[in-house]
Amino acid sequence: MLNASLQELASALADRRISSVELTRSVLDRIAAGNPRINAFVHVDADGALAAAAAADARIAAGEAGPLTGIPLAHKDVFCTEGMPTTCASKMLANFVSPYDAHVVSQLKKAGTVLVGKTNMDEFAMGSSNENSHFGAARNPWDTSRVPGGSSGGSAAAVADGLIPVATGTDTGGSVRQPASFCGVTGIKPTYGVVSRYGMIAYASSLDQGGVLARSAADCAPVLSAMAGFDPRDSTSLARPAEDFGRDLDGSIEGLKIGLPREYFGEGMDADVRAAVEAALDTYRSLGAITVDIDLPNSRLAIPAYYVIAPAEASSNLSRFDGVRYGHRAAEYADLAEMYCRSRAEGFGAEVKRRILVGTYVLSHGYYDAYYLQAQKLRRLIADDFRRAFGQCDVIAGPTAPTTAYALGAKCDDPVQMYLGDIYTVAINLAGLPALSLPAGFGQGGLPVGLQLIGNYFAEARLLNAAHRFQQATDWHLARPAGE
Amino acid sequence: MSQADWEVVIGLEIHAQLTTASKIFSGASTAFGAEPNAQASAVDIALPGVLPVLNRGAVERAIRFGLATGAAIAPKSVFARKNYFYPDLPKGYQISQYELPVVAGGEVSIRVGDGDDAYDKSVRLTRAHLEEDAGKSLHEDFHGMSGIDLNRAGTPLLEIVSEPDMRSSAEAVAYAKTLHTLVRWIDICDGNMQEGSFRCDANVSVRRRGDATFGTRREIKNLNSFRFLQQAIDYEVQWQIELLEDGGRVHQATVLFDPDSGETRMMRSKEDAHDYRYFPDPDLLPLAIGADWVDQVRASMPELPSALASRLQQSHGLSAYDAVTLTSSRELARYYLETVEAAGMALAKPCANWIMGEFSARLNKAEIDVADAPLSPAQLAGLVSRIADNTISNNIGKKVFDALWSGNGDSADAIIEAQGLKQVTDSGAIEALVDEVLAANQKSVDEFRAGKEKALNALVGQVMKASRGKANPTQVNELLRRKLTN
Repeated sequence: MLNASLQELASALADRRISSVELTRSVLDRIAAGNPRINAFVHVDADGALAAAAAADARIAAGEAGPLTGIPLAHKDVFCTEGMPTTCASKMLANFVSPYDAHVVSQLKKAGTVLVGKTNMDEFAMGSSNENSHFGAARNPWDTSRVPGGSSGGSAAAVADGLIPVATGTDTGGSVRQPASFCGVTGIKPTYGVVSRYGMIAYASSLDQGGVLARSAADCAPVLSAMAGFDPRDSTSLARPAEDFGRDLDGSIEGLKIGLPREYFGEGMDADVRAAVEAALDTYRSLGAITVDIDLPNSRLAIPAYYVIAPAEASSNLSRFDGVRYGHRAAEYADLAEMYCRSRAEGFGAEVKRRILVGTYVLSHGYYDAYYLQAQKLRRLIADDFRRAFGQCDVIAGPTAPTTAYALGAKCDDPVQMYLGDIYTVAINLAGLPALSLPAGFGQGGLPVGLQLIGNYFAEARLLNAAHRFQQATDWHLARPAGE
Repeated sequence: MSQADWEVVIGLEIHAQLTTASKIFSGASTAFGAEPNAQASAVDIALPGVLPVLNRGAVERAIRFGLATGAAIAPKSVFARKNYFYPDLPKGYQISQYELPVVAGGEVSIRVGDGDDAYDKSVRLTRAHLEEDAGKSLHEDFHGMSGIDLNRAGTPLLEIVSEPDMRSSAEAVAYAKTLHTLVRWIDICDGNMQEGSFRCDANVSVRRRGDATFGTRREIKNLNSFRFLQQAIDYEVQWQIELLEDGGRVHQATVLFDPDSGETRMMRSKEDAHDYRYFPDPDLLPLAIGADWVDQVRASMPELPSALASRLQQSHGLSAYDAVTLTSSRELARYYLETVEAAGMALAKPCANWIMGEFSARLNKAEIDVADAPLSPAQLAGLVSRIADNTISNNIGKKVFDALWSGNGDSADAIIEAQGLKQVTDSGAIEALVDEVLAANQKSVDEFRAGKEKALNALVGQVMKASRGKANPTQVNELLRRKLTN
């Protein structure tokens, strides 16, 4: 059952071959057994999940079930969940319980999903390895000495290890796609504005976007459809009609024009990643797709632009964590300034502090023009690159990350090396485009390699279609880690 | 050197709290005086994950202000974050507007002083922008700790920034009062200064007469009455002049005015100034205001006080002073116009006199607003008409006014009738009274005949008294004069 697709689970539930309570119990058992190995969950709510499952069973019995009714699911701990801890994997919010649900959370509750718990992440979604967590790193189920990627590392690891069929994530510079790549699962980040950010604790507001991690594109589609939609509480939410992102899953990709950016296939990519990606492109060609070379000439500017804009926004977004109204407050302080300093010094981890400092610097008087404004100009150039490219192709393909999962601790001492791992993903957030990562094979040491597909604005259905057709022709996405 | 050798330069920043029912970025109520934190929503207390949504009512009020001052309404303006830490600033930043404000330019005509020395002047506006207010820190009653009340957090403000066009505290006060009238007139701010709905910051500098460049300014923060505005500026000007004449230099600073001592004192120097790290708020899209929205707002605008004042001078024959006084609030102006409507245009001037005189004095004494006046424009018009057509004298008119004020809604006519106040204009009846008085006051008669003009007044008074005020004073006067000079 735990290897079944969402569609299979839904039909088993509908046919009463299994109840949601039974399914949820098996998920809870699986988490209890598997989580100590990979530390993917930071909170599990067994009672709440079983109650939700019982309610789902009642809906199914009453014939009111939708495609997700009774399906167990986990949220990245960046989404506010009423009555359950919401920590962002930070000491700052270690004891915070949100009084309200994020839009994504309430949408998925309405769809009948069963919320089982919250997944591990890099603190405040800042990181690419899940090592920046107050609750310790999540681990890669394919090799627990390696990172699962980040920042949605807990969600990716939990799905890869079969602890949960589907989990949410957020993607600011690759935080859904890169862990999906490292853990061998499918992860999609939609067009900026498709998923409401209300209740999704902000890292970098102009880049953050909720997404889904699951085994397959077919599993991602209904969950993304349920999460998405206009929300008047988020001014950047797009007023578009509800959409079934799975509507074109089975469509033909004969003649699909896949653009291959020269800049994504140059230096810097590991040989095993290159081999898997090339093989995946061959598969696409064999399915009738056409590959064309394209240029994204400003690609090399994406990392510097991202690491100015994201910290700038973060430095301001995280100012509310001041120890005054909620969150960590230092035990002792002599005055207000010391209360702020100590509470924040104690409450935030090293990477969060680094980004707050960088962000504060680039917004400072005398530096704003040279950094922040300059980065915004680069952002426009990068978006223009994509606009031109989509004149020549339907989707863009390339590696999700230049490497497979690296060893825990390997890049902790060199943040710039860590940041360079985001080279293929951050430009997509700067442009606000949708993209997904799907399992494309394995590299050295049997570690998963992800293929990234980038779509034009609102091309989610087409991306899922292209991924689904690939997954019908391959079985990389069905491979499971061996476990202990 | 003396003060006359110095020129004072003043610019004002005025924060007008807008009259929206809910806050600028959340649905919480803006009503004043609730229990602490009873009107603070998740957005106002900046819970993790919450986002701002702009209240279009606040934007509409900004547009009204822009239209009322002849300013440009920006087709696109941008909300920016002003970052600083303070416990009553829940997000750690204030959402304001920085580089692209919603309203740019515009000007306000002011009348400075009254009487013969009064003069008109135009003050240019730099800009007006939308922003949210902070909460309040409460430093008493918490045993050494501070309390935070976030009811005010997120209340919409329009910050109105003037050019440094004012040259005296009197001009600054006249400008502030004109704006105070205007924002209430166009219904965007209740103007309640005690509750902080209208607060002034004054940028003050001095320079030697003839100097081409401005002196270094100091900013006096948070002046919440016109009197304090005047006192603070006067003190600050004197302080700066003395400092400069003693060879000192003014350093840019923010100062506070202490009403008890009447002095300004430094709050922070330029060196301590925050670096607010302004940047466009990524949670809010740029504010787009189309021409159709502006047209819609324009169509709903009332006639402005300055336009009404010149109309009153031209068509109602009022003096500039009368016109400005009667347009000092929309309610007063409306009361006046309705009174004239009922009394007839020929009585525009006496209506103005009654409203600016007896009526305003009674309002002040009772400390009530025009809207709460116990007599209607129609009742007042009835009174003015009866004086004009000589049914009663002006003095009896005051009696009737008393009755109307304490009244049961009776008309002036009903009161005159019931109390028998009708003026006696029957010359026979008056003549009889005059004869009586002349006979009984031989001394005054002699004095008048000896050339003492004042003696006539005494006789008039006696006749009026004998008639219990009802005799027509003009007739009495004429009759007496005729009889005495015969």
